[in-house]
Amino acid sequence: MENSVAKKRAGTSRRKISRRKFLKGTGAAAGLAAGAVTGFPTIWAQNIKDITLLQVGGSYSSIIDIAREATKDLGFKIEMQNLASDALVNRIATQPESLDIADIEYWMQTKLAPRGVLQGIDLKRFKYWDKVVPIFTKGEYPDGRKVSDQGTLPYEVQYLEAQDGTAFAKGPTDWASGIPTVFNADTLGMRPDIITRPIENWKELLNPEFKGKTAIIDVPAIGVMDAALAIESRGDIKYGDKGNMTKEEIDKTIAILIDAKKSGQFRAFWTTFDESVNLMASGEVVIQSMWSPAVTAVRARNIPCYYTPLKEGYRAWASNSAPMRHLTGLKLDAAYEYLNWHQSGWQGGFIAKQGYYSSVPETAKQFMSEDEWNYWYEGKPAKSEIKDPYGSHMENAGHVRDGGSFWERMGNVACWNTVMDENRYMVQKWNEFISA
Amino acid sequence: MTSPLQRIAPYLQVAPLTLVLLIFFGVPLLVVLAVSFFDYDEFDIYPAFQLTNYLELWSPTSLNLYLQTITYALVTWALTLAIGFTVAYFLVFHVRSFIWQMALFLLCTVPFWTSNIIRMISWIPVLGRNGIVNQSLIAMGLAERPLEFLLFSDVAVVIAYVHLFTLFMIVPIFNSMARIDRSLIEAAVDGGASAWRVIWEVIIPLSKTGIALGSIFVLTLVMGDFFVVKIMSGGQSASVVLALSNEIAVLQYPPAAASAVILLIIVTLMVAAILRIVDVRKELAG
Repeated sequence: MENSVAKKRAGTSRRKISRRKFLKGTGAAAGLAAGAVTGFPTIWAQNIKDITLLQVGGSYSSIIDIAREATKDLGFKIEMQNLASDALVNRIATQPESLDIADIEYWMQTKLAPRGVLQGIDLKRFKYWDKVVPIFTKGEYPDGRKVSDQGTLPYEVQYLEAQDGTAFAKGPTDWASGIPTVFNADTLGMRPDIITRPIENWKELLNPEFKGKTAIIDVPAIGVMDAALAIESRGDIKYGDKGNMTKEEIDKTIAILIDAKKSGQFRAFWTTFDESVNLMASGEVVIQSMWSPAVTAVRARNIPCYYTPLKEGYRAWASNSAPMRHLTGLKLDAAYEYLNWHQSGWQGGFIAKQGYYSSVPETAKQFMSEDEWNYWYEGKPAKSEIKDPYGSHMENAGHVRDGGSFWERMGNVACWNTVMDENRYMVQKWNEFISA
Repeated sequence: MTSPLQRIAPYLQVAPLTLVLLIFFGVPLLVVLAVSFFDYDEFDIYPAFQLTNYLELWSPTSLNLYLQTITYALVTWALTLAIGFTVAYFLVFHVRSFIWQMALFLLCTVPFWTSNIIRMISWIPVLGRNGIVNQSLIAMGLAERPLEFLLFSDVAVVIAYVHLFTLFMIVPIFNSMARIDRSLIEAAVDGGASAWRVIWEVIIPLSKTGIALGSIFVLTLVMGDFFVVKIMSGGQSASVVLALSNEIAVLQYPPAAASAVILLIIVTLMVAAILRIVDVRKELAG
C-alpha cells in the first residue's frame, strides 16, 4: 500500500524502488513514505551512464558516502575530492576545467563568481527552491526578521543577474549562484567538568581565568572573527562589521591578540579538526573555537564537552554547490539532476547526524527517524541512543542538543564566515600575531 | 691515438645527470628566481621586474622569523652534535666487537622505521599537561603542578628536532671515526696525552669531515622545516618556511619565491662556511 502511495507522490509509474531504499524510507517513520521515492533518475538518455561528475569540496560536505548513494540513485557516476579551503579556492579559480561541481562555502563565491568559472543555476530547473530555508532565499528568518549580514550573508551572494553573470543580483532572480547544501552555527566548545560555572559570553575566550588553557583556530579569516566576537564581547572594540574590518580595526584586534598571546592566554592555535579534538580531550585546553562534530568527537571518548550557546550569537557558515562554467549539454543536465538529488533528502539526513543542517530540512526529515529529527532539529531530548551516520554511538538517550533547536541556534547568528576586503592586510597581521 | 668516441665518452657519461639536474633543478630554480620579481593579485601573477617582494621581506616580522629559525637551527645543531658525537664515539671506541658495533648502530636507525610524523606526534602525549613526564614529576613530588613549557613551546620544538635529526649526525661522524687509525690514538696515549687531549687533538680533527657533513644535514633540515614547528609549538611559533607555505596557500607565489630565494642564499652561505672550514672532498678522498 505504501508503495502505491509512494508512486503517486512521485508522480511516475516507471521508477524502480530498490528493496533497500524502500525499506529505509518506510522504516524511517509512518506517513513519510515519500522518502522512499526520490524520483530519480529522471534523465533517460542512452549514454547517461557514461557521464562522470567530479565534485570537489570540503571534507565536511563532499563526503564519499553521498557520492556512492547518488551514483546508485542517478545512474551516472559522481566522484568526490576534498581540499582545504585555500587549496579549494585556488583549484577552482586556476584549474576550473579540472572539476564539474564546485562545493564551496558562500564567501568563496565572492572570489569565484567574478572570475566566471562557475555557472548560474536556472532555478526553474531546481525542484526544491520554494522549500529552501528563507535564510538563503530571502535573507530572513521565517518570522520575517533579517539575518545578520556581518560577514558574507549567503543571501547577498545567492542570486546572479544571468546564467553567465559575474556580479551578484541585489534581490531574487531566476539564477542562483549556487544551491545551498550544508550549514551550521559555530561557537565555543568547553569542558564542563573543568569549568563548572556557566559560560555565556564570547569574552571568556580571553578571560585570564583560563590563562594557558584556551585555543583559537589558526585559519586567519575564521580565527579573526572568533577573536573579534570575544573582543567585542569584552567591550574593547565596537566593530562596524566584524566580517569586514577596517585596517584600523584589524590593527587594534591584532594588538589585543598579541598582548593576550604574550601574557600566555593561549595554549595553542589549531588548524585541523583532529588537533582541536585532541587539545580538548587531553585537557590541554578547556575553552576554544571548535566545530560541532569535534565537540561530538570529544564526547565520544567519554570526555564531557559542551558546545556552549553564547549571548552574542553564533558564527555561522554555509556551503553551496554550483556547476562549473564548462559544463554543457548532457553533462549539464546531469549536473542539474545531481543538484536536485542532493537536496532531495538522503544527503540531508546523512549530514544531520553529524550535527549539520540541510538547506531543505523538509526532505531531510524523510530520511531521519522521528527521534533523530526531534533531537537534531527540534532540540528535544533523545528518546533512544543517538548514532552518527555510520551507526556508531554518539549520545545517550535523554541528551539534548547543545544550543537547542534549529531556530534557536540558526536564529541567533552574529556573523558569517567571510573574506574581508582587507584580507591580504589581515592575513599579514595575523601572521605577525602567530609569530609574535 | 684516441678515437672521437673516446674523446666524447666522458661527456656522454655525465650527460644524463647534467640533463636531469638542468631540467629538474636548474630550470625550476630559474623560474622561482624570475617569479620572485613578479607582481601579483589574488589569483594571478604578472610578469614584471620589481623589488617589492624583496623589500617587503625587510620587515620586523620576517627578520624575527629568520632570527627564530636560525636560533632553532643553532640550538638543534649544538645538541645533535653533542649527542651524535658521544654516541658515535661510544660505538667506535668503546664497543670492541664489530658485531655489537653494527648491531648497536642498526639499533640507532630503528626509530626510522616509522614515519617522521609519527615519531614527532608521539611526543605530544609524552610532554602534555597530563602527559607521562608531568605525571611522573608530580608523582615523584618533583613538581607541584604540571610544567606547561614542555609542550606547545620552543622547548618542544627543539626536543622534536633533536630526536628527529640526531641520526643524521651519528651516521657521518661514526663513518669518519671508524676510519681513524687506532695506532694514532695509541701513539698519543704513549706520548702521555690524557683521554680528553686525545679526543680534542686526535679524534675531533680526524672526524671533522663527519661533523661537517652531519652539520650540513641538520642545519639544512631545520632551516627547511615548517611542520615540526607548527605542530610542536601548537601553532604558536612560526618559521621561515611556514610563512612561505602560508603565502603559497593563498596563491601569493611572488613573495613566496622571494622568500625561497633569500632562504636559499642563507642556507648556501651556511653550507659554504662549513665547507670552507672543512674540505669534505679532500678528506673523503683520503
